Amino acid sequence: MSLRIERRPAPAWFRPLIPLLAVVLTMVITSALVLLVRANPLHAYYFFLVEPLSSRVSVIEVLVKATPLLLTGTAVIFAFVGGFWNIGAEGQLLAGATAATAIGLHMHDAPPIVALPLMIVGGFLAGMAWVLVPALMKVRLAIDEVVTTLLLNSVALLAVSALLNGPWRDPISQWPQSPEIAASAIFPKLIPRSRLHLGFILALVVIAVVWYVLNHTAFGLRLRAAGQSPEAARFAGVKVERTVLVAALVSGGIAGLAGVNEVAGIHYHLIDAISGGHGYTGIIVATLGGLSPLGGTLAALFIGLIDTGSQSVSRALGVPIYLGDVILATLLLVTLATLLLQRYRIVLRRRTA
Amino acid sequence: MRDARQASALRMARCTPHPMQPTTSSNPLAVEMRGITKRFGALVANDRVDFRLRRGQIHALLGENGAGKTTLMRILYGLYHADEGEIRVDGRPAAIRSPKDAIALGIGMVTQHFALVPPLTVAENVVLGYNPGVRLNLAAASQKVAEAAARLGIEVDPRALVKDLSVGERQRVEILKALYRNANVLILDEPTAVLVPQEVDQLFASLRRLQEHGLSVVFISHKLYEVMAITDQVTVLRGGQVVGTVNTAETTQAELARMMVGRSLAPVERTVPSLATGSAARSPLLRLEGVSAVDNKGLPALKGVSLEVHSGEIVGLAGVSGNGQTELAQVLEGVRRPTAGRILVDGQDLTHADPAQVMQAGVGRIPEDRHASLVLDFTVAQNLALEHLDEYVVGGGRLDKGRMRQHAEQLIAEYQIKARPDDRVRTLSGGNMQKVILARVLERRPKVLVAAQPTRGLDVGATEYVRGKLLEQRERGAAILLISEDLDEILELADRIAVIYEGEIRGVLPRREATPERLGLLMSGARQEQL
Ligand SMILES: Nc1ncnc2c1ncn2[C@@H]1O[C@H](COP(=O)(O)OP(=O)(O)OP(=O)(O)O)[C@@H](O)[C@H]1O
Ligand SMILES: [Mg+2]
Repeated sequence: MSLRIERRPAPAWFRPLIPLLAVVLTMVITSALVLLVRANPLHAYYFFLVEPLSSRVSVIEVLVKATPLLLTGTAVIFAFVGGFWNIGAEGQLLAGATAATAIGLHMHDAPPIVALPLMIVGGFLAGMAWVLVPALMKVRLAIDEVVTTLLLNSVALLAVSALLNGPWRDPISQWPQSPEIAASAIFPKLIPRSRLHLGFILALVVIAVVWYVLNHTAFGLRLRAAGQSPEAARFAGVKVERTVLVAALVSGGIAGLAGVNEVAGIHYHLIDAISGGHGYTGIIVATLGGLSPLGGTLAALFIGLIDTGSQSVSRALGVPIYLGDVILATLLLVTLATLLLQRYRIVLRRRTA
Repeated sequence: MRDARQASALRMARCTPHPMQPTTSSNPLAVEMRGITKRFGALVANDRVDFRLRRGQIHALLGENGAGKTTLMRILYGLYHADEGEIRVDGRPAAIRSPKDAIALGIGMVTQHFALVPPLTVAENVVLGYNPGVRLNLAAASQKVAEAAARLGIEVDPRALVKDLSVGERQRVEILKALYRNANVLILDEPTAVLVPQEVDQLFASLRRLQEHGLSVVFISHKLYEVMAITDQVTVLRGGQVVGTVNTAETTQAELARMMVGRSLAPVERTVPSLATGSAARSPLLRLEGVSAVDNKGLPALKGVSLEVHSGEIVGLAGVSGNGQTELAQVLEGVRRPTAGRILVDGQDLTHADPAQVMQAGVGRIPEDRHASLVLDFTVAQNLALEHLDEYVVGGGRLDKGRMRQHAEQLIAEYQIKARPDDRVRTLSGGNMQKVILARVLERRPKVLVAAQPTRGLDVGATEYVRGKLLEQRERGAAILLISEDLDEILELADRIAVIYEGEIRGVLPRREATPERLGLLMSGARQEQL
């Protein structure tokens, strides 16, 4: 008997099942880790996947956790569709958070109707600015954006640290964190006494707009052409450089909004751990979601679920909270592997004599 | 003082059948395909096809665009899987599930889009993926490849980098690669579509030599005279079914054409191209003044090209490939910037225009490389609309997809494209992809038409149809620059013929003065004054 991989496309009915298959496979693989800490994997997955959905409070918490991912995921999707491999959502998020803080600190005399739009626009512009140089280097000089956007993530983090240890150090506590932003600059809560805030609505609006642009506008079609086949797009009159530049800037802007979201919706001040890796998780969201806004939304919600679940599972079973991270990382690898099933098939067959 | 190049350019027009060969129709079977059926959704691409290839035989597979030739051969090579039917190789049933299986059974395939790694040498490409053991001994491999090339009589330098090779040379590397893996059945899918006549001659010479060593070849081509010249047997497909298999020696081009289309082809009635009357008096629609450009390596490819094309005129650009035709087409298409000179379309300066501006000015472009002008993963409807997307935008920047589909349906019907509006272009047969490009361009009724190899890959009927369309555009008053490696095509359509040699126009002849001999001389570097 031998196992072989053959090039054969999956039948149409099988394709939607592929993400599901990835989830199941991931659980099987990671259950080994759960067993290592002497917990029952079935219990663990109950807490990961079902428990968070069993109470109103934790369902809301799932949405809260998903909010920044909805934004960074959408940012990455928009760039990837246009063939701009933006690995820098993390840095763009930090830039957006910094701008939101800078504006929020000076809004003590402004009403929310002024403060909130200013922060949102400021964060968007800051994210755009942070991706501008890599984007220009790509379209003008053909310098690889994967490297430049990735490097700028570290630069952004160091710059935030410098700010927090210098001019913005909290004068009262002396911690490396900024003073709190003005009350009028804080995102209002959607549901009283919960953490769900305006940022969630903002994220849904952004997703809806991106979905519409990608699927129903001339720009979206040109962007996809530029991403899939720049040469053919250019031949057909698409201004590929300009299109990719716009895609990169919008992507940076959306990632910047994720930064605004964290400052104005969750923390109310800037800390250097403000992101918690949402920029990188956005890449997972985009990939799991198959680069579609709807898929990305599902992926972000799913990751929000696992995130929430990892807290309850560690409380209930004494499993380390990092198990959630391991599951996510495994899920990404398994998804990438199962995506191959769309085009290949594993066949078991008897060796012919 | 004719050299080989020129002689071969002339042969194009009158290919003589090769001297009677010992018949191969009684040789043992190398491959037998029985009752092969392949469906793509509702479409039946192969319908209970029987195909038998004998040892030492060159067997043509003939049929209109979309008849199922490529599909059948992809099944034999393990790229597709038949829904029904069986394959026998050397008399034994064979389960071919991947190209690896096919290669193990001694079957090799060369497609139009080569699977070579350009930065690597010929030898590296040949042994790539076929190297017993883990470590690669390049010196030894290179030696072995050189020996194989010599033994098989395939002229190619094993140390050359693939990126420096011409299309014909690359094809030879692909053939060498297949034979190096001990192929005794070689599938060639439209090998001559990308070759110049001299290279076709070389290919045929090697095939005959290899045939004597027992190689069996499946040869796909739309050019009937090539089929008559090189093959022993012909199997004709129509709409996925076998029409019949005949011995080449016992058939004629007319009969093959009849089998392909299912009726006899009425000779196309067309107005004989006349010299565009009084063209000197009118101002030209397309005018190039001393245009120069460099190629991808930065070497001069065009050196001060000046040319005029008037309304209602077809100017053919003849030349051995690689003499600047590609770059000239690209400069006119707006995808390559000239380094000197001016390009004027109807008086408007387009020297530094981008593709959008070029189209805006009324220039239609049929490019040489269809993969460089179609987004393969877009649908037919999307590709047909891509050049003029703004016309499909309704309120709020929304694309009117219904109208895009309607537009596609209309062009599909008019140009007889075998596809549906929502099919991804990647799934179309080669000839149907070409029709998508033609439809997209011709429906705009362009003022100036730059047509590079417009009939490449088209079947006989479609070729006639496109040539008719070009003449129709000419009657309508378009100025057409026809760039073709097919001298027949140029002689048939052009009013005037310009010959390009090493990036220079060596002469422009009115058609009535353009004998193949004179063109041949110009194409091999003579100057018009010397004629
Ligand atoms: N992967 C695919 N998915 C869907 N349809 C396909 C696919 N491959 C081929 N077809 C369809 O099958 C039919 C036969 O295609 P095929 O490529 O075999 O034609 P062909 O005889 O090689 O034509 P040509 O002379 O134009 O190359 C066409 O209608 C084509 O659209
Ligand atoms: Mg074909």
